[in-house]
Amino acid sequence: MTRRSVTIVGASLAGLRAAEALRRQDFDGPITLIGDELHAPYDRPPLSKQFLAGDWGEDRLALTRPDKLDDLDLDLRLGVRAASFDLVSRRLGIVNLDDGAGDRGGEELVVDGLLIATGARCRTLRGSEGLDGVFVLRSLDDSLAIRAAFGAGPVRVVVVGAGFIGAEVAATARTQGLEVTMIESLPQPLSRVLGDAMGAVCAELHREHGVDLRTGMGVEAVEGEGRVERVRLSDGSVIEADVVVVGIGVVPNTEWLEGSGLRIDNGVVCDATCLAAPGVTAAGDVARWPNQRFGEVMRVEHWDNAVAQGAHAARRLLVGDGEAEPFVPVPWFWSDQYDRKIQMAGRIGPDDEMHIATGSLAERRFAAIYGRAGRLVGVLGFNRPRQVMRYRMLIESGATFEDAIAAEF
Amino acid sequence: MKIVVDFDLCESNAICMQIAPDIFEVRDDDFLYVLNEEPGEEDRVRVDECVQRCPKQAISVEG
Repeated sequence: MTRRSVTIVGASLAGLRAAEALRRQDFDGPITLIGDELHAPYDRPPLSKQFLAGDWGEDRLALTRPDKLDDLDLDLRLGVRAASFDLVSRRLGIVNLDDGAGDRGGEELVVDGLLIATGARCRTLRGSEGLDGVFVLRSLDDSLAIRAAFGAGPVRVVVVGAGFIGAEVAATARTQGLEVTMIESLPQPLSRVLGDAMGAVCAELHREHGVDLRTGMGVEAVEGEGRVERVRLSDGSVIEADVVVVGIGVVPNTEWLEGSGLRIDNGVVCDATCLAAPGVTAAGDVARWPNQRFGEVMRVEHWDNAVAQGAHAARRLLVGDGEAEPFVPVPWFWSDQYDRKIQMAGRIGPDDEMHIATGSLAERRFAAIYGRAGRLVGVLGFNRPRQVMRYRMLIESGATFEDAIAAEF
Repeated sequence: MKIVVDFDLCESNAICMQIAPDIFEVRDDDFLYVLNEEPGEEDRVRVDECVQRCPKQAISVEG
């Protein structure tokens, strides 16, 4: 298949890795990479950890070196947002964002291959948007703002949502000696992903480090005059707060594709090969596709998936339908909280069988494996990276749960 | 080709071990060991994948 040019919308991890994959595949046509932030592509995981703590500067966030970026020979358009797309005419409407010098207007590009990697944005707490001191964490600028707020003295921090972002922010704040209350609506942190027993291990980790963790609790209101002063909870209690960080999930950035002719349903709907329409693929947080390995339609928000799917969606644009391969990863992620590295691979469900393969919950150093219908489907590790990867390989090889239990790593 | 790991960056996520277990190994002490620092050209595609997939970008290749 001859592809004349490729336009990638989204200049974060999936978009950049897609561009690199195109060049590795010896694609020498024009590549346009469009990103709505002014920063060159940067890495997000440190934003809730080393960068937020102030241990790392911006220079350590770069996803690639300037010389390598130059070698890719991209038409890199930063501070530019995609506003519309039409599948039939293949017209992509873009808007130059305000760079401080006023609105610089928009234009239309006619695209050949299109790779959608616009990611997702944070949900916000309704009613809290106008208050100073209330933050979400997604971008470098978000992290800088929270870092400044944390540095403003002995502030009282309320983290809403004990998911991975919330938990990492809480851990970083505690490590800096700040007073932290974390509010979670589920009975245990992450219990929807990890189950109640493992959620309880995470809860204990935070409580031992001095976080006032309130589970099974909703937020009624975030209140203050101009800036946040207190958070009112569903049981009527009130927590005084100087800084509130909201980590209650994300929504995929697909609004610009409304009316495009592409199917949008909690993400850009793709086939098993990451193709959304002829000559259009999607990757990263914004892409939803049937992962044939698990027989499940997925939208995966993990770092590792953005890397792998970016490359896969790029290759997909260069091959015909007959040569296209399905994208069948075993999803994997990590989260660093205090001195614990939590890693999970595969898909864990509430009804899966669980077996502690090594270590113990009590010492919080273990690998737990999960089985469903006789197959190994997932592994969760606390400070067990070696075992997590070994079991991930077993999941990839289609191992039975029985074989996984018998395996020794 | 020479593999260089920045051990200040490495957090032993073990992705590289999954891609190239004959070159990278994370042991029970949770540290990464490079089993073969100068693999041959036939390993370049796999090593490049390790460089790409490392969550800490701790691996680089010289030559």
